Amino acid sequence: MNFARRVAYRTAMFIVSIFSVVAIWELYKIIGPQDGGKFFGVSVLPRANNTAMPHVSTMLSRYSRPEVRGSDKKIWAVVLSGAWFSLRLSLVGFFLGTTIGVGLAVLMARFNIVKRGLLPYLVMSQTVPLIALAPLVVSWGGKLEIGSFVWPRWLSASILGTFLAFFPIAVGTLRGLSSAPAAAVELMESYAASWKQTLFKLRFPAAVPFMVPAFKLGASGAVVGVVVAEISTGLKGGIGRLIIEYAREATGDPAKVFTAVFGAAALGLVMAGFVAISDVFLMRNRPKESSI
Amino acid sequence: MKKRSLKMAFAGIAVMSLFAGACGGSDDAAPIDTTAAVTEETTAPAAECVTPTPVKLQLQWFTQAQFAGYYAAQDQGFYADQCLDVTILEGAVDISPQTVLANGEADFAISWVSKALASREGGANIVNIAQVFQRSGTLQVSFKDKNITTSADFKGKNIGNWGYGNEFEIFAALTKAGLDPAKDVTLVQQQFDMAGLLSGDIDAAEAMTYNEYAQVLEAINPATKALYTADDFNVVSYEAEGVGMLQDAIWADGSRLEDPAYVDTATKFVAASIQGWSFCRDNTSACRDIVVSKGSKLGASHQLWQMNEVNKLIWPAAGGAGMIDAAAWDRTVALSQSAKNLEGGTVLTKAPDAGAYTNDIVTAALALLSGIGVDTTGSAYMPETVVLAEAGN
Repeated sequence: MNFARRVAYRTAMFIVSIFSVVAIWELYKIIGPQDGGKFFGVSVLPRANNTAMPHVSTMLSRYSRPEVRGSDKKIWAVVLSGAWFSLRLSLVGFFLGTTIGVGLAVLMARFNIVKRGLLPYLVMSQTVPLIALAPLVVSWGGKLEIGSFVWPRWLSASILGTFLAFFPIAVGTLRGLSSAPAAAVELMESYAASWKQTLFKLRFPAAVPFMVPAFKLGASGAVVGVVVAEISTGLKGGIGRLIIEYAREATGDPAKVFTAVFGAAALGLVMAGFVAISDVFLMRNRPKESSI
Repeated sequence: MKKRSLKMAFAGIAVMSLFAGACGGSDDAAPIDTTAAVTEETTAPAAECVTPTPVKLQLQWFTQAQFAGYYAAQDQGFYADQCLDVTILEGAVDISPQTVLANGEADFAISWVSKALASREGGANIVNIAQVFQRSGTLQVSFKDKNITTSADFKGKNIGNWGYGNEFEIFAALTKAGLDPAKDVTLVQQQFDMAGLLSGDIDAAEAMTYNEYAQVLEAINPATKALYTADDFNVVSYEAEGVGMLQDAIWADGSRLEDPAYVDTATKFVAASIQGWSFCRDNTSACRDIVVSKGSKLGASHQLWQMNEVNKLIWPAAGGAGMIDAAAWDRTVALSQSAKNLEGGTVLTKAPDAGAYTNDIVTAALALLSGIGVDTTGSAYMPETVVLAEAGN
């Protein structure tokens, strides 16, 4: 298949998958129990009524209506600007996460003692609940003042994105750096190559197939971190804040919250898209079967 | 080849970082709290005021009419008249105003009395300097057919509550009715909306008169295709049940109350805030518009309802708005010590010391206001009738 056909095929599959999700949603609304299915008193089937599961058409039509009466801002514009805001925070978080993650991986690959000492803490760090960390980061950030640099509140949200992003990147890169074939490493040694030369000429290229999926995880992690931080700390302007604001109105306007949820989902896709584009560049000289 | 692909990898990351960095730079206008910018616009310094004192106020929740008085004082220049430059910090799910205040990240905070006293018992040196809401606005709302008209009827029912310290009155009511919260009722964690009540998962849902109760009245009744009405529901008011606890109050940093400059700022801040509330009592629509303009996402009729209900909690204030009524305070403290929670514990283990509240600042503030002719008792206050629209729009 040539490139154009492959793109066309993928686009078609994407559209088909979206339509099948819509079809399943609407089908469940027809056949599903209106008040939910209970099995020995435990609800197992979600409610199919319009409050719990609004029609897809209702959710979509909500986009073209004003956010609140009397406001000239339509919901699509609000959700779009919220997603744009969160995207920028996520990119900052992802970039910091990549820097820290790759840096730690190199350190751990170089010094075994660092690896043995640090890795358990990295694993442990991921068990700290984000919602417990969020107010702390805001609080620490609020006190930080280095010269004329004042910690902006949004940076706290980015830091939480970093927190989720760096871990898969560090672990994936570390795995990748140690994946160079022993024969190749020995060859480098026989050339009397320095560790640095081996790192850049052998280990990093060998690590690419491990790093790309790790970056994908990191990118979505950054989005999750930023959105949760927005919800948790009430940072204004982003998609997370919109979700919680609209969720409060779910009693009278259940479709509204879905508009923001879709915005967050689109945000994750865009971030994954960035990584996918870099993937195409990084992997273009490799035989196809080695790509992941 | 391998070298090139590596270069590309770094180039890719560098491009992304540039992009992110550029965005970070241009961000500055957007993420900075809009309230700060608004303050600068609206608070023209008074003649004798050279540099206004910066003040940070931490709210308990997002911008809504529950805090209209502070936004009105900011918008109408009452803070500026007192030579204050007030920045209002919004609350959020995991932001505890008491902690923010105790950590010195805000100068004043709005918090419920029972929650703040629990923080004080935990070591936070915070002092109630003005009791803005004189009455409790917590309700337990249920459909008529559940026949829940008093807290004694909670027995055997699913009782919704939000947690985070908003459930203390429920425990107080259960204790008063002789029910054991662990055995006689099923406590259900409630979301921020009232869907649990409408779908029947919750028999009686916790609701504030000014917010969640309005939400159910803004929802469409599937049976009639029209909005639900008050006739569809039974409402248990904790204030009427005799277990109402004091809610929104202005808390100050106790360790700084030794400092005369801070006391002076506090007095001016309380005075201007009460002036704001007084303004909102007489200008509900204007205050609704102020709150909406500060970025509240809730609909206009919902905000007007909220403004009106909040006014009912403040006015009339016989002893002057913000005065801490010793009887109501003692009742809140007694309930906090006696109401048993699920584990059999209480909010407070011992009575707070006498320094937990002071009327000195609010007394001085009220004197300041009477000097400029502000009505701080609202003895002629009459609530309005607000008609809610679908989804509060």
